[in-house]
Amino acid sequence: MSQTHSNPLLEVRNLTIDFDTRHGALRAVDDISFQLAPGEILGLVGESGAGKSLTGTAIIGLLESPGYISGGEILFKGERIDNLTQEEMRRLRGRKIGAIFQDPLTSLNPLLTVGTQLIETILTHLDMNREQARKRALELLEEVGIPAPDQRIDNYPHQFSGGMRQRVVIALALCANPMLIIADEPTTALDVSIQAQILSILKKLCYENGAAIILVTHDMGVIAETADRVAVMYAGRLVELGPVDQVIKAPKHPYTVGLMGSIPVVGSQAERLIQIEGAMPRLTDIPNGCAFHPRCGQAFELCSSRKPEMRQLDKNQVACLLFEGES
Amino acid sequence: MTNLNSSLVSVKGIKKHFDLSPPFLNRLIERKPVQFLRAVDGLDIDIPRGTTFSLVGESGCGKSTVARLVVGLYEPTQGEISFEGKDITGVLSYVNSDIRRRIQMIFQDPYASLNPRWRVRDIIAEPMRCFGLVIDPSSEQREVARLLELVGLNSRDGEKFPHEFSGGQRQRISIARAISSNPDFLVCDEPTSALDVSVQAQILNLMKDLQKELGLTYLFISHDLAVVYFMSDYIGVMYLGKLVETGPARKVFANPAHPYTRLLLDTIPDMNMQRRDRQPVAGEVPNPITPPAGCAFHPRCPFAFDRCKKEAPTLHKMVSGVGVACHAVQEGLLSLPSAMSNQVEQS
Repeated sequence: MSQTHSNPLLEVRNLTIDFDTRHGALRAVDDISFQLAPGEILGLVGESGAGKSLTGTAIIGLLESPGYISGGEILFKGERIDNLTQEEMRRLRGRKIGAIFQDPLTSLNPLLTVGTQLIETILTHLDMNREQARKRALELLEEVGIPAPDQRIDNYPHQFSGGMRQRVVIALALCANPMLIIADEPTTALDVSIQAQILSILKKLCYENGAAIILVTHDMGVIAETADRVAVMYAGRLVELGPVDQVIKAPKHPYTVGLMGSIPVVGSQAERLIQIEGAMPRLTDIPNGCAFHPRCGQAFELCSSRKPEMRQLDKNQVACLLFEGES
Repeated sequence: MTNLNSSLVSVKGIKKHFDLSPPFLNRLIERKPVQFLRAVDGLDIDIPRGTTFSLVGESGCGKSTVARLVVGLYEPTQGEISFEGKDITGVLSYVNSDIRRRIQMIFQDPYASLNPRWRVRDIIAEPMRCFGLVIDPSSEQREVARLLELVGLNSRDGEKFPHEFSGGQRQRISIARAISSNPDFLVCDEPTSALDVSVQAQILNLMKDLQKELGLTYLFISHDLAVVYFMSDYIGVMYLGKLVETGPARKVFANPAHPYTRLLLDTIPDMNMQRRDRQPVAGEVPNPITPPAGCAFHPRCPFAFDRCKKEAPTLHKMVSGVGVACHAVQEGLLSLPSAMSNQVEQS
């Protein structure tokens, strides 16, 4: 689970994503690097617009124009996947890298039964005949906890509830036993009690199949429950990266500290929540130096001119000038 | 629960049933039955002045319907709503009544609840104009500037349009609009669920400050238990149109009695990182058109017994002052969970 794992499953090096607009290029993801070990769950957190979903989209190669990767590279099992052709990427996607999106209704085709969709996916990726594929589909539905799968397999997506649909989506993502799953806000559209069910299924199945997950979410609670390591993003940059208990219990970066303090906790006697003043800057006016400095209580002069780099600090990596001398 | 004299808003036996029956001819020819969705099915709430009462529950449990009933956007099928002891059921549709002025609402989606073609100053001034609270433009301008500053915006922001603001700022505008008519009672339907956590913290703090400053009473609707814990004095847990547990918030959180409340509390992600291996309760909220017989929660309840399948439980007040609708609790079959209460008290 460590950073120094000899053979990382996925390695993102200095990834930069730009959007071409009439007013020039906007930098949505700015020079981020991280690694993922096989079987590891990495949480990618941040507020809306922090670039977390874009990072996920770039890894599965679904970045859409006008967005494009303008720098850095993505390596999957040591090989670059950011410069593959669409056809090559299509073969990788689904077989080696699966995806689960936020809204289970829009990720399923409403005109096809879930069985058809599962079987089609299995046939595309695995060497099976129709009958075997159907059997595999039934097993998958069983695994994700859909009751009476032999009856439900011929139902249409609208006949399933939100939680059940998300299970189907997970089954689809797991079809070909991928080694990496990008889960983009997989439980955000679901009720709390269903959310807990889905997370435990996702965790169990990935553990059993040895798949690694990148869990993109804005919900720190989900991360605390699920992830091994967590990467915190702010305005397109990584600000802190480390083991999940370190980041949650002992955050270093002032933004992470504020973010953790702003989450209401049951049982706390606090009369007020810690609040970070202001809001995350728009892409059009990201401040010079550290992007967080206008909202940061501990900012000093240098913060507005020099961009901090990720540095090792205890078990975490932090991008903050406050810790520049300490590493 | 509370002394009736001190409650600002009280709701008694309120019901809202939506008619989903097929058209008359289909019923006649195809013999389709009459169908009702019992969105809210008999609910009693008392909200003391200056306090926050929160309704929690999963989607489809009827909490937003209650909010709309209380502000008068829906006419209840049965039951009554009183404000300062006066029956106001059905009165609220008269726009000019003074009671209408005193009850305002904050909506969930700050992108949909502000008119994109109006300037912010017009949005905020609308309730004042509507109720004749301002006479001349200059006092209106002063009042709008004061409200903008009260909610943490710049007084010059009134000239802008809603699209120039972020989600959190828009929610501040919604709050300014809601308090511009000088109300006593605010109904807040998931006011922060569309916002990021750091912005949510700002809005929740603002709402608490305003409550203290202006003596507001809130009916707060949310599905987020941690937010509810932070905001509320009283809490009502809803399941399929009914209250299953209600009482002072701290007591309910410290000693959840109803199995559904325990389930909900158990789903709160554990930020202490103890990695307890929780057993998520199986099942989902059933279809409210065809709710299960007896106690609506019995198919998911680990403690359900025969009586639960036949007879719907009613709210009974326990010694602690918390009302619980559960046969198992009433018959003393359920011990109060000490593990959960320890956890809450410790932290």
